Amino acid sequence: MTDPVIELRGVTRRYDEGPPALHDVSLTVQPGESVAVLGPSGSGKSTLLNLLAGLDRPDAGTVAVAGTRLEKLGEAASARFRRAHVGLIFQFFNLLDDLTVLDNVLLPAQLAGAPARVSREHATRLLDSLGITRHAHAYPGRLSGGERQRVAVARALINRPALLLADEPTGALDTASGEDVRHLLDELHHSGQTIVLVTHDLRLAEACASRTIRLRDGRVEVAG
Amino acid sequence: MSGLSRVIRSGVRRRRVQTIVIGLVTAAAVTATVLGAGLLVASKAPFDDAFAAQRGAHLTVQADTGVVTEAQLHASASAPGVVAAAGPYRVLVVTFAERGGMRMPPLTIVARADPGGPVDRVELAGGRWPAGPDELVLGGGAIRIPPGVRLTAPGGTEFTVVGTARSVSDTASAWVLPSAVGALDGPGTADGYQMLYRFADASTATEVESGRDAVLATLPSGAVTGARSWLDVRQRAVEDAAVFVPFLVAFALLGIVMAVLVVGTVVAGTVGAATRRIGILKALGCTPTGIVRAYVAQALFPATVGAVAGTVTGNLIALPVLAETGQLYGSANATIAWWVTLLAAGGVLAVVAVTAWVAALRAGRLRTVDAIAVGRASGPARGRRASRLAARLPVARPVGLGLARPFARPVRTIAILLAVATGAAAVTFATGLGASLLRIQTALQQNVADVTVGGDPAAGPAAAPTVDPATVLATIDAQEGTRARYGLAQAPGTVVGVPDPFPVTAITGDAAWDGFEMVSGRWFTSPGEAVVGGRLLTATGARVGDTLTVQVEGTPVRLRIVGEVFESGMAVFTSTATIAGWNPVDYRVGLTHGTDAGDYAETLTGALAAQGLTARPNGLGTDPLLVAVQGLTATLTLLLLAVAALGVFNMLVLDLRDRVHDLGVHKALGMTPGQTVTMVVASVAGVGLVGGLLGVPAGMAMQRLVVPMMAASGGLHLPETLLDVYGPVPLAALALGGPLTALLGALLPAGWAARTRTATALRTE
Repeated sequence: MTDPVIELRGVTRRYDEGPPALHDVSLTVQPGESVAVLGPSGSGKSTLLNLLAGLDRPDAGTVAVAGTRLEKLGEAASARFRRAHVGLIFQFFNLLDDLTVLDNVLLPAQLAGAPARVSREHATRLLDSLGITRHAHAYPGRLSGGERQRVAVARALINRPALLLADEPTGALDTASGEDVRHLLDELHHSGQTIVLVTHDLRLAEACASRTIRLRDGRVEVAG
Repeated sequence: MSGLSRVIRSGVRRRRVQTIVIGLVTAAAVTATVLGAGLLVASKAPFDDAFAAQRGAHLTVQADTGVVTEAQLHASASAPGVVAAAGPYRVLVVTFAERGGMRMPPLTIVARADPGGPVDRVELAGGRWPAGPDELVLGGGAIRIPPGVRLTAPGGTEFTVVGTARSVSDTASAWVLPSAVGALDGPGTADGYQMLYRFADASTATEVESGRDAVLATLPSGAVTGARSWLDVRQRAVEDAAVFVPFLVAFALLGIVMAVLVVGTVVAGTVGAATRRIGILKALGCTPTGIVRAYVAQALFPATVGAVAGTVTGNLIALPVLAETGQLYGSANATIAWWVTLLAAGGVLAVVAVTAWVAALRAGRLRTVDAIAVGRASGPARGRRASRLAARLPVARPVGLGLARPFARPVRTIAILLAVATGAAAVTFATGLGASLLRIQTALQQNVADVTVGGDPAAGPAAAPTVDPATVLATIDAQEGTRARYGLAQAPGTVVGVPDPFPVTAITGDAAWDGFEMVSGRWFTSPGEAVVGGRLLTATGARVGDTLTVQVEGTPVRLRIVGEVFESGMAVFTSTATIAGWNPVDYRVGLTHGTDAGDYAETLTGALAAQGLTARPNGLGTDPLLVAVQGLTATLTLLLLAVAALGVFNMLVLDLRDRVHDLGVHKALGMTPGQTVTMVVASVAGVGLVGGLLGVPAGMAMQRLVVPMMAASGGLHLPETLLDVYGPVPLAALALGGPLTALLGALLPAGWAARTRTATALRTE
């Protein structure tokens, strides 16, 4: 049996004096799985995603992603871990306005110090496979929401991450663009990419996830 | 509390960095301005205070004893406009005998019974007033001889120095009792009367001239051999302090320019960062005028605190300079006039207010709907081409991202550029100023020798050695460690038409290495040739190439002027062979690198024992004025550098706050803290380099402008060699000062950016 990509054990994360954002959460995700995390606002979905991306650290418990114990990493090690193992897709794309589409996609590879020629070829292939090659030298501000999210997906995949984390990837898109992204994530799932997506969108969860987890008040309510 | 007050208070609290930066920058600008304007005004105060306290002479008249009587001079005190008079006193120009082989300069000695009186109340600085006919008090500006030393007059009478005194009117270089006059007379002694007057009105040259004419009208024709106005004495007295003025004005201007730059960008940046807040305030009913007032007040609050701090600092820094000038006249230490302080602080605050008002106008004019919409649309498409080019550069990606950043905010970049350029200009200017002043001091001292050789200064005239110059020079040449040497002798000389005597220096050997700088022409090479100081050329109307007849010890000596030497007074330098019977009295020696001056002097003294000469390491101290100027320069430079770094710091803080979300994205994509620091530093390094490259020539230009102005304040014309102080290596180092200043300002914001939590940054709107 292969090692899990994600292994959370008794993770608790508390902000200030209020109730914990996550309370004693345990979760395992195997390679190639696509897991949808569902739940209402304030249920702890974003906190879980931040912990998986190494953007935050738990107050208790352990978080292991791609064999790396994240709760022990410092800022620099977390950054190196992210660019090596995690691709991030955000609800509002978070593309850098002053960089072209191609430069946005290349940025994580460049930060990782990957060979320029290899990264460029890979970026070109990704843009091609996502159908946005014609926008390679355009700036994100000129693209539609769906196209921007495709750019974000290409950027998330540039370093061939073991884990793709998507935070409400269709949340800021119109219906047609949302459908577009759903297909894209489904294709990625079927290509063997491990995905954790946080969403309110049940249709997205049904279409792209092999498993769903429902959070409420920081606890895993249902794990399907 | 009104709604607007709450807005101002919360703005001051929320924008702590900007508040502190405005405060510090204003403090620096006020400090520089208070120093510049304050010292300009205060430079004349110690003289004026001392002049008033001593009831200084508005007019000092020298009269010929053969033409006028004491009674006639007494009667001149009732001339129209004269409110007080003193004298007539006998005045003699006496050259005392050599001491330990050192020739004494001629002293103007006034005979008066006591130091008090209605005019020129001479102030004793040490010792006592003469009590007998063989005692003498020396003036502060004359040669420094301690009480107890005996001097031999030309007639052979010995005088004991019993004290030192100051006359702010500069009426004499020594005083004796009237009963001593007979003993002072002798061969070569000039004799006359001195009469001192105070006028009802003497604040302008015209008023003094009018008084002088009234006095002269009461005296026989040809009786007056010289008449000096107190305004001339005052001008010479304040020259030292006046040297400070051009460079302080330059620093004050730099300070104000930087204050405008930094305050303008701080307020503009604050407005830019608070656009949405402004929109909300306007939506709630705040008027455009109210918004402008709020932002001007936000700038003025810390600026006022800074102005108070700057006022205190400026006054404190000025104290040692003023204390020094005060000491020269024996007056109480002056302080900077309150109205100067008030004017400087008020002026800088007005500049801050206007700068803030211009920047805040933008906030007032913002359309409410546009202001509220800020942050919901893409920003302006500036700097994209630079960004695209930077992505292709063969440098690490964080460096490329940083290098492209300045093009996204051109106005902010220009502000950083100007702040760094001004800082670089200040450092370049200060460095050049320091180097020039050092060279000027060296050139004026005309003594960079490591060792001097002469008679024992503690010995009396009886101990004057009989030396054979050839033997002395041969002994020096034979001594290990000798690099260069020459011998010199000095005596006072006079020229027809020039009232004051001046030193004539005769030299054996090559002395050109000993700090002499030529303004024009060349150094003398054969007997009969001479180089002279610029003041002598001016006084005689002679030019390089002319021939001048100088009376030296009663003998006329014809000299062909072959060059003008850089020299603060009137002086002549020629070969010993020019003046019959002259031999060197002193010797100066330059040592080879690594030779210890103390050991060398000790060995040479042993070798010259038979000649009765003593060798000593040359212990010429640094001019206190130079030390003061260099201290002030260092202080003001550090102040301006700090302001430049603060400007960079503030701009970066604003920039990072503006794009904290982008920073979060970068970090989420794997940018490490180290890469974040690199990106932030790179964003100012290029601007810093350009700023340095612009600032260095600007600083050089300032040095070229200000140093000659400073020299002109002291009546000097500078040779090119004293201005040409920047070598290629120091210039390169100065140009690197730009990026270093930028780096200094970038360190804190870069650290802050590196420490910012990714998740927090991503949540920031």
